[in-house]
Amino acid sequence: MAKTTAPSNVAKSNRKWITGYSIIGVLLFITYQFLLPWEGLPLGIYDAIYQWMPPSAINESLVYIIMALGLNIVVGYAGLLDLGYVAFWAIGGYCAGWFMSEFFYFLNINFLGSVPAEAPGIHINFWMVLFIGGFICALFGILIGAPTLRLKSDYLALVTLGFGEIIPQVFFNGENFFGYNISNGTKGIVMVDPIPVGVKNLGPFDFGWKLLIFLFLTAIMVFISLRLRRGRLGRAWLAIREDELAASMMGVPLMRTKLSAYAVGAFAGGLGGVAFATHVNGVYAERFNFTISIFLLAMVVLGGMGNVWGVILGAFILSWVNGNGLTAFGQLYNDRFGTDVDFASFTFLLFGLVLIFMMLFKREGLLPESRLKLMLHEDELDDADATSKSGDK
Amino acid sequence: MSNVLEANNISVQFGGLLAVNNVNFNIPKKSIVSLIGPNGAGKTTFFNVLTGLYKPSAGNIIYDGRDITDLAPHKIAEIGIARTFQNIRLFGLMTAQENLLVAMHSHLKSGITATILRTPKQRKEEREAEERAQEILDFAGVGKWTYEFARNLSYGDQRRLEVARALALNPKVLLLDEPTAGMNPQESQIFIDFVRKLIAERDVSVMLIEHDMKVVMSVSQRVTVLDQGEKIAEGSPDEIKSNPRVIEAYLGKPKGSK
Repeated sequence: MAKTTAPSNVAKSNRKWITGYSIIGVLLFITYQFLLPWEGLPLGIYDAIYQWMPPSAINESLVYIIMALGLNIVVGYAGLLDLGYVAFWAIGGYCAGWFMSEFFYFLNINFLGSVPAEAPGIHINFWMVLFIGGFICALFGILIGAPTLRLKSDYLALVTLGFGEIIPQVFFNGENFFGYNISNGTKGIVMVDPIPVGVKNLGPFDFGWKLLIFLFLTAIMVFISLRLRRGRLGRAWLAIREDELAASMMGVPLMRTKLSAYAVGAFAGGLGGVAFATHVNGVYAERFNFTISIFLLAMVVLGGMGNVWGVILGAFILSWVNGNGLTAFGQLYNDRFGTDVDFASFTFLLFGLVLIFMMLFKREGLLPESRLKLMLHEDELDDADATSKSGDK
Repeated sequence: MSNVLEANNISVQFGGLLAVNNVNFNIPKKSIVSLIGPNGAGKTTFFNVLTGLYKPSAGNIIYDGRDITDLAPHKIAEIGIARTFQNIRLFGLMTAQENLLVAMHSHLKSGITATILRTPKQRKEEREAEERAQEILDFAGVGKWTYEFARNLSYGDQRRLEVARALALNPKVLLLDEPTAGMNPQESQIFIDFVRKLIAERDVSVMLIEHDMKVVMSVSQRVTVLDQGEKIAEGSPDEIKSNPRVIEAYLGKPKGSK
């Protein structure tokens, strides 16, 4: 009977991905850490890699992937449209700025930090700041979520949009926050502590090692996403996405369940924020703008809402095109045809077109989650039997 | 004393409309009671009051000796009042098993950390929940569809799955809103047998909203009739059948009478 056969509708609990993921990770690491600096490497290859796929671009897309995975929990799993996700990125970033720099120069706190003990400011170990940032973001997720999550879809999106504007603005003008300097305003917090990995401290240009660390953080997010998805909470999120009323009638506390989605998503935002601060070696208020929220949402939608691998693919493609791919392509095109087109300025035109075509022809994303695919093609089925789902209450 | 649920003097007002007017209703333990009435009589509204979806404008609800009038819907479900819906509201893109596991949500305990770490306790809890889900699915006669998406089941099986999902809450009171709507006579008969079996084997009371009089009269121990928000009759099926006010509500007044 159907009971015993391997059910295709059930996400299997395998950990096979860890092997494949580790292999890809180690290969990437070897390539960027050892192969690129190797002198025997033909110059052509070196130039090509640096033009098309420099290590900093890989690291940046990994940060985007971490964030997109967090947003995926909110939007893809629980079905809550969040247009202000950048707020968590900003909070995470400033956690790194506060706890891993000389920003609070009048203090001298050093807890397993990677700088000499006498250095002014708060210097907490990077690995702890990751968690501190994550938890502070989760807390803010709950604080923001508590009043807003009572709203339904469109209204929720609008309010999150508001918070996504408010929080970066607070940091932007944070030089005088009720008399205190919390962010250095537009000057930003420059110089974040290096990452200690036991044998050495990773400065801003240790791309290879940071690649490994960011890959590890991404793996943690994938792991968390997959595990939660299959558990009690993941089912409740899915049920809320499917039918909120029925879920509450089946004993699922709506507020608490939605808040937990927000908190976990925000936690990922914190991880990404701290990682990004170490990547660019500073925290700059003007980088946390509304475009980022939309950009992340586009990654989730393009890749395939609800499926972590789709989200990773979508985030990688978009951040690569945005950061490096389009410029490199433009250079190639201009050299070949002797033109002088500024391709990078067409980024958003391109994104807009991609999204329009995706919505027209492949709404479920590049690597869709099976359920979502069924849901989005529901209307085509429903035309056949229009009797179901009529009327409410 | 032997009532598992008592609704006292319930009124529901929507603006100027009095949808339910001062209705007293109780559900004895291990019984099947029915609520009938013409369309728009306030039956589903009354249901929604019992499950906490609407708050009554007046009156209170006592369940198991406890006032539940102001509890949130998910709390009411958790303590043991489960329902099905007039239009099936399964989680269509979740498997039959997952539908039941969602209903067990409030009885399971594992939190975020336990789920991420997959602690032995969490795994045990999940395994037991899955076993229990299978047991209920088998009991409801949809045991072979464990891993099928709910939306792919036949209409009758979806109805049964919805009851199974409600049973997964381990309820003391089961509210069924037009469970046999759209069923043919054979399917209705199977359903009636199923409800009887339910009462016989489990510690549960069933309250039924139903339009199919054959089902109502054959299965109910007591029938209550609502008309325009008011309770106009209550009694055994035979009493109801011959009650002139009920006949009037359904068929209209005989010609010539006032």
